[in-house]
Amino acid sequence: MKRRAFINLFLGGSLLGTVISFLYPVIRYLIPPRQSEAAAKTIVAAKVGELAPNSARLFRFGSSAAILIHTSDGELRAFSATCTHLTCTVNYEGDTGTLFCPCHNGRFDLAGNVLSGPPPKPLEAYEVELSGGDIYVSRKT
Amino acid sequence: MPLKSSWRGAIRCGRLGLAALVIMSAPLSLSAQKNSCVDCHLGMDDALKAPAEGFNADVHKQFGLSCQDCHGGNPAQDDVELAKDRSFKGSPERAKIPEFCGSCHSNSEYMRRFNPNLRVDQLVLYWTSQHGQLLKKGDTSGAVCTDCHGVHGIQPASFPKSQVFPWNIPQTCGRCHSSADTMKAYGISIKQVDDYKQSVHARALFEKKDLSAPVCNDCHGNHGAAPPEISSIAFVCRQCHPSAGDLFSKSPHKEAFDSLGISECEACHGNHRISPPSDELLAGGKQDVCVQCHEAGTEAHRTGLQIRKQIDDFVSSSEAAKSLLAAAERKGVEVSEAQFKLQDAKTALVLARNLTHGLSLPEIEANLGAGGKVLAEVKVRGEAALSEAKFRRSGLIIATAFIILLAAALYLKIRDLKGSAKHEG
Amino acid sequence: MSKWQEKVEAYLEPRFQLSAIRNFANKKKVPEHRHSFWYFFGGICLFLFIIQVLTGVLLLLYYTPSVDTAHESVQFIMSQVKFGWLIRSVHSWTANILVGVLFIHMFSTFFLKAYRPPRELTWITGFLLLVLFLAFGFSGYLLPWNELSFFATRVGTDIAGVIPFVGKALKTFILGGQEVSDATLTRFFWLHVAVLPAIAILIMGIHIILVQTLGMSKPIGVGETKEISFFPEFILKDALGWLIILAVVGAVCVFLPWEAGPKADPFASTPLGIKPEWYFTFMFTTLKLVPAHIFTIEGEILAVLGFMLGGLLLMLVPFLDRGAAREKRSPIFSAVGLAVVLYIVVMTALTYLAPNIGK
Repeated sequence: MKRRAFINLFLGGSLLGTVISFLYPVIRYLIPPRQSEAAAKTIVAAKVGELAPNSARLFRFGSSAAILIHTSDGELRAFSATCTHLTCTVNYEGDTGTLFCPCHNGRFDLAGNVLSGPPPKPLEAYEVELSGGDIYVSRKT
Repeated sequence: MPLKSSWRGAIRCGRLGLAALVIMSAPLSLSAQKNSCVDCHLGMDDALKAPAEGFNADVHKQFGLSCQDCHGGNPAQDDVELAKDRSFKGSPERAKIPEFCGSCHSNSEYMRRFNPNLRVDQLVLYWTSQHGQLLKKGDTSGAVCTDCHGVHGIQPASFPKSQVFPWNIPQTCGRCHSSADTMKAYGISIKQVDDYKQSVHARALFEKKDLSAPVCNDCHGNHGAAPPEISSIAFVCRQCHPSAGDLFSKSPHKEAFDSLGISECEACHGNHRISPPSDELLAGGKQDVCVQCHEAGTEAHRTGLQIRKQIDDFVSSSEAAKSLLAAAERKGVEVSEAQFKLQDAKTALVLARNLTHGLSLPEIEANLGAGGKVLAEVKVRGEAALSEAKFRRSGLIIATAFIILLAAALYLKIRDLKGSAKHEG
Repeated sequence: MSKWQEKVEAYLEPRFQLSAIRNFANKKKVPEHRHSFWYFFGGICLFLFIIQVLTGVLLLLYYTPSVDTAHESVQFIMSQVKFGWLIRSVHSWTANILVGVLFIHMFSTFFLKAYRPPRELTWITGFLLLVLFLAFGFSGYLLPWNELSFFATRVGTDIAGVIPFVGKALKTFILGGQEVSDATLTRFFWLHVAVLPAIAILIMGIHIILVQTLGMSKPIGVGETKEISFFPEFILKDALGWLIILAVVGAVCVFLPWEAGPKADPFASTPLGIKPEWYFTFMFTTLKLVPAHIFTIEGEILAVLGFMLGGLLLMLVPFLDRGAAREKRSPIFSAVGLAVVLYIVVMTALTYLAPNIGK
C-alpha cells in the first residue's frame, strides 16, 4: 500500500510540475506585450510640437529608415529616408529646403522627386495624419 | 573657335544643297519611293554592301534622311553614272569627316527641325580636343566622328546599342587607346581601359548597372576630350563627390597640394584604377598614402595614425557587436531590431571615413563617439538576446526534467498496475 | 483521497450517467503482440492534433490575416510576445511531425491490413483525414506570407489548375481570384481556422468512435494473444509515448526555432530551387521528371490524374483486397504498398539530393 501511495504521489507531483512548466509560458504569452502591435502599417513618428518648423527627424518604419519633415510652411511630410541610388540615409537640409544624400550628392525636393545627382527614382512618400496630439505615418495604399 | 570663312561658305552651299535635297527627297522618303543607292549597294559584297545594310538601323533614317542627304547624288536614277550626278560627294576623306558631319550638326537652324534639344557645339568642342588638335596638324590617326559614333547604323547615345552608350564607351575609346600600335607614336599609356575596368566605377556601371557611374567622357569630356589638368582634377571628381571635396578644401592639404602643384584626389586614389577606398589607405595601413609626403614619425603622420586608430577601434567594436548578434541569432533568438540599430553604426562609420579627408581628429572622434553610443546599445540588446537564449535552454531543461519524472512515474504506475492485475487476475 | 473521489462520483453519476461508459472502458481490452507497437500511432496523431489546436488558438490571438500585416504579426510573435517563439515554433514543427506520423499510421494500418471488414469505414475516414491534414498543411503554410510560402502556394495552385475540366475553376476558387493575393490569404485562413477544423473534428469523431467500438484489429494469422486493459494500462502507455514526443518537440523548438523568413514580394521573380513542404515533394519531383508529352496528352495532366487515381484506389483498398477480407494473406497488396512507400521515399530524397533534375 505504501508503495502504491508513493507512486501516486510521485505521479501527481510530477504531473503538477509538468503542467505548471507548460502553463507558465502560456500565461506569459497571453499577457499583452509592451509594444501593443506589430509595427508595419502605421506608426507614431512623433508628437505634435516636438519638431520645430524647417526641421526633420529620422525614425524607423518597418525595417527601414524614414524621415518626418516639418516644412517652413508648417506642413508635415514623411518619406522613406533610403536614397534610391545606393541606399545611404538622406538628411533634411534646412537652408535649401531639400532632402540631401551626402554619399554622392543626390538631392530630392519636398515631394520626393529627384532634383539632381545620381538617384534614379523618387523617394517613396508616406501619408501623414494627426490624431490626438500624435503624428501618424503610414504607407500610401 | 570661329570657323574659317571658306568653311562657312562651304556650309552655306551645303545648307542650300541639303535644303534642296530635303525638299526634293521629302516626297521620296514620305512615299518610300525607290532608292537606287540602297538597291544597288545591297547587291554588292562586303564593304560596299555594309552601308546599305547598316543604314536600316540608323537614327538618321528615322528622321527621314537617306544616302543622298549626306553623300549627294540622285537616288531616283538606276544608272550609276546618272545617279552620281553633280551633287554627288562620295565618301569624305578621313580628315574632312568632322566638317562633313558638322555641316548639319553645327547648324542650329537645320538641327532645330529634327531635334530642337540636340546640341550643335560638337564640332567647336572637337577642335579643342586632343583628337581635333591632331587633325589640325594633319595627323589623321586622331579619332573622328565615325570612330566613336559608327557610320551607317548610328544610334542615339541614349540607346543601349549605341557605341557611345555609357557601358559601351570604355570599349569604344579602348579600340585606339588600348592598342599598342596606335598609341606608340604618341607615347600614351595603353593601360587606362584595363585599369578602369578594375575600378569601383566600372563595377558600379557594369555589375550594378548604375548609369550614373562615370565613364571616360564624364571626366575627360565628350567631343572636347582631353585629360583634365592638374588643377581641374579635383573639380572633376567633385561633380559626384562634393562632401569629400569640401572637407578636403577646408583641410590643410588644400593649400599644400596647390602650392606643390599636386592633383588633389588623384594623388591618393589614382585616376583610372580607382579602387573602393579601404582603411588600408590610411596612415599605417598596407597602402599608406600619407607616407608619399609625410615621413613616419612626423607629427602629421602621427595624427594620421591616431585617426586610423579611432576608425580601427570602431570597426572592431562594430564587428564584435555584429558577431554578438549573429551568435544570438544562431541560438534562435530574434534580433532584427538590434540589427536595424546596427545600421546606424554603419552610417556613422561611412561618415567618419569620409571625414578623414578633412583631417580633423576631433571631428572624427565626435562622430565615432555618437556611433559608439549606438554600438553600446546594440551590445546591450545582443547580450539581452544571449541571456534570453540561456533562459530558453534552462526552461527547456526544467520542463524536460519534469517530463522525465512524469514518464518515470507513469512507467512505475504501469508496472504497478500490471503487477496488481496479475495478483487479481 | 478516495473518500473525496467517492463524493465526486456520487454527485456526477445521476447527472451524467457515465457508468455505461465507465463499464465499457474498464472491460475494454487491447491485444498485445509482436506488432501491437503500431497501435500507438493513431493516438499520437490525436495528441499532435490537440497540440496544433491549442497552439493554433494561441497564435490566433496575435496573428492577423492580411497581406500588409501577416508577416509582421508573425515577426511580432517571434520577437515581442513572451514565449511567442515557442508557441509558433511548436505549431510549425508539430505540423510537420504530424504529417509524418500520419503517413506512418496509414502505412502501418495498411501493411497490417487493419482495413479489412468490419473496419472499412475506419480506413475511409482515416484516408479522408489524411487529405484534410494535407490541406491543413498547404493552407497553413501560406499564412506567414513569406517568400517561400508565397511561391510554394503559387506552384501548388498552378498544379491544381492543370486538372482537366475542373482545374481552372478549382484554382480560381482556391485562390479567391486569378493569382495569389490578399484574397487568397483570407481564404486560406478561413479554411485553416474554421472549415478544415470543423470537418476534421467531425470525421475524427467518427473515426475514433469506430476504433473504440470495433477495438484494435489483429494482423492476419495472429491467433490468441495476450490482452491488456485499455484503461488504465494502454492509456498510460499511450501517455508515456506522448510525453516523449512532447519532450522532443520542446527540444527541437529551443534549438531550431522556426524562422519568419523574408516577406513575400509578389513582383519578385520566383527564387531558384523553390519547392513545397517536404510532404508534397514526392509529387513535385514526379511532375518535374514526367516527360512533357505522353501520347499527345500533356505529361503534367497525366501525372496529376495518376496521383488522384492512386489516391482513389488507396481509399478503396478495403473493397479491392478480397483476400484480406477473407482473412487470407494478400502479398500482392503488400508488395504494391511497399512499392508505393519506396516511391515516396525515393522521390522525396531526390528532391533534396538532386534538386536540378528535370529542369
